[in-house]
Amino acid sequence: MIEIKRISKSFGDRLVVDDVSFTFEQGKTNLIIGESGSGKTTIMKLMVGLHEIDKGEILYDGLNFPTLEVKEKQEVRKKIGMLFQGGALFDSQTLEQNVRFPLDMFTDMSPAEKIDRVNFCLEKVQLSGKNDLYPGELSGGMKKRAALARAISNSPQYLFCDEPNSGLDPKTSIVIDNLIQSLTHEFNITTIVITHDMNSVVEIGEKVLYIYKGKPWWTGNGKDILKTTNPELLDFVFASGFMKEVFNAVKEKNG
Amino acid sequence: MNLFFHLGRYFILIKRVFSKPEKMSVYGKQMVHEIDNIGISSLPIIAIISFFMGGVITIQSAFGFTSPLVPLYAVGFTVRESMLLEFCPTIVCLILAGKMGSNIASEIGSMRITEQIDALEIMGINSAGYLILPKILAGVLILPFLIAISMFLGIFGGYVMGIATHACSAYEYIFGIQYGFEPWKLYYSFTKVITFAFLITSISSYFGYYTHGGALEVGKSSTSAVVYSSILILIFNFLLTQLFLT
Repeated sequence: MIEIKRISKSFGDRLVVDDVSFTFEQGKTNLIIGESGSGKTTIMKLMVGLHEIDKGEILYDGLNFPTLEVKEKQEVRKKIGMLFQGGALFDSQTLEQNVRFPLDMFTDMSPAEKIDRVNFCLEKVQLSGKNDLYPGELSGGMKKRAALARAISNSPQYLFCDEPNSGLDPKTSIVIDNLIQSLTHEFNITTIVITHDMNSVVEIGEKVLYIYKGKPWWTGNGKDILKTTNPELLDFVFASGFMKEVFNAVKEKNG
Repeated sequence: MNLFFHLGRYFILIKRVFSKPEKMSVYGKQMVHEIDNIGISSLPIIAIISFFMGGVITIQSAFGFTSPLVPLYAVGFTVRESMLLEFCPTIVCLILAGKMGSNIASEIGSMRITEQIDALEIMGINSAGYLILPKILAGVLILPFLIAISMFLGIFGGYVMGIATHACSAYEYIFGIQYGFEPWKLYYSFTKVITFAFLITSISSYFGYYTHGGALEVGKSSTSAVVYSSILILIFNFLLTQLFLT
């Protein structure tokens, strides 16, 4: 479980994250949603320590991450898996080397055990047999899945996914969403997903935090969101004319 | 103020680079890869330049030594002194600053803008150590060997060209390259090479590591890496020469 308590962050005079508190539960897909520039990616970067918070606490199972020493932070980070927006796979390494990398760095597994683990992770993300391909040879969706395989290779307790569906077609997006959710449940991981894809929100959002202009604006789950009366959230969810039409049609049908 | 900012950030980075590696075996493999990537791949260009520069210095020396008071073995002597003291340790390192420096800065810079460095940090890896330490060690280890080969090929190139153009005889040339040889000059040369290797690899890594933005900024980092490495090579060349030869 990860708790953030009253965290704030400014860049110069611009307050980007303003007094945000939330609890990300273990074994659930926790979503942070919001418009572009609302501060959701900054919250995630604060949580993993890529930016420093100005105020507040970030508790990883009770450990206040920002106050830890460098070595202690590294120990917490070894329990984190992260799927970056662009994948962030190492270009000079094959898929197998990418997925094996955390195992090489942090485990004393034998080479055979490492290969077994790599193959297991690649199978989980439906990339079996693609071990020798380089990131440059993969499609966008395959890159995301490969990055997910690397993120889970060292059995993380916390999984962060930064816009896992960006740049993907709706079908591939669903595959990625289902993968994230099934891995979360199967390995009881605390998963945090940053997204503005409404399909993902409704399908996998077990706990949702809506950020509006850096502030926590609404919390609930993916199904609740369709019943919300919060004007800013409604505006965000039904931003496109198509979504509005679908929503009105469903409302009319249901009387 | 800008200079102090960069100096401070450079030394903080170097401190991180030399902190204890997470796993020596992984760093070792990475270093071997870097020796090949930044060292061995530079061998052909160094060989060609050194061979022809040796030849050119031979011809120019023979052309210049018109006085009957200057013996022809002075040609070999001049080639040896030029190659050992200045051309191989300094000029070849300046050429390598262009090749290795841009290679290192663009590689690390690309990793920065594609979030690969963030990925390393989030995994709990000291990204500065993992990416930069193997490059510095590889550079410091392999460059003396490359320069030794350069020295040999430069002197050999002078011999071949000297004979081919009848600038001097084989006997005179070989006598010249042995004449008045002082071994401490090699110590001076290789001290320079090791210093320059550290400067090229660390400065280029610094500019790559702190790249922000996109492809354009990666290009700018590469350019800055080459420019600042070259300037610092020239400054340290002066300082070391002053230190050793006065």
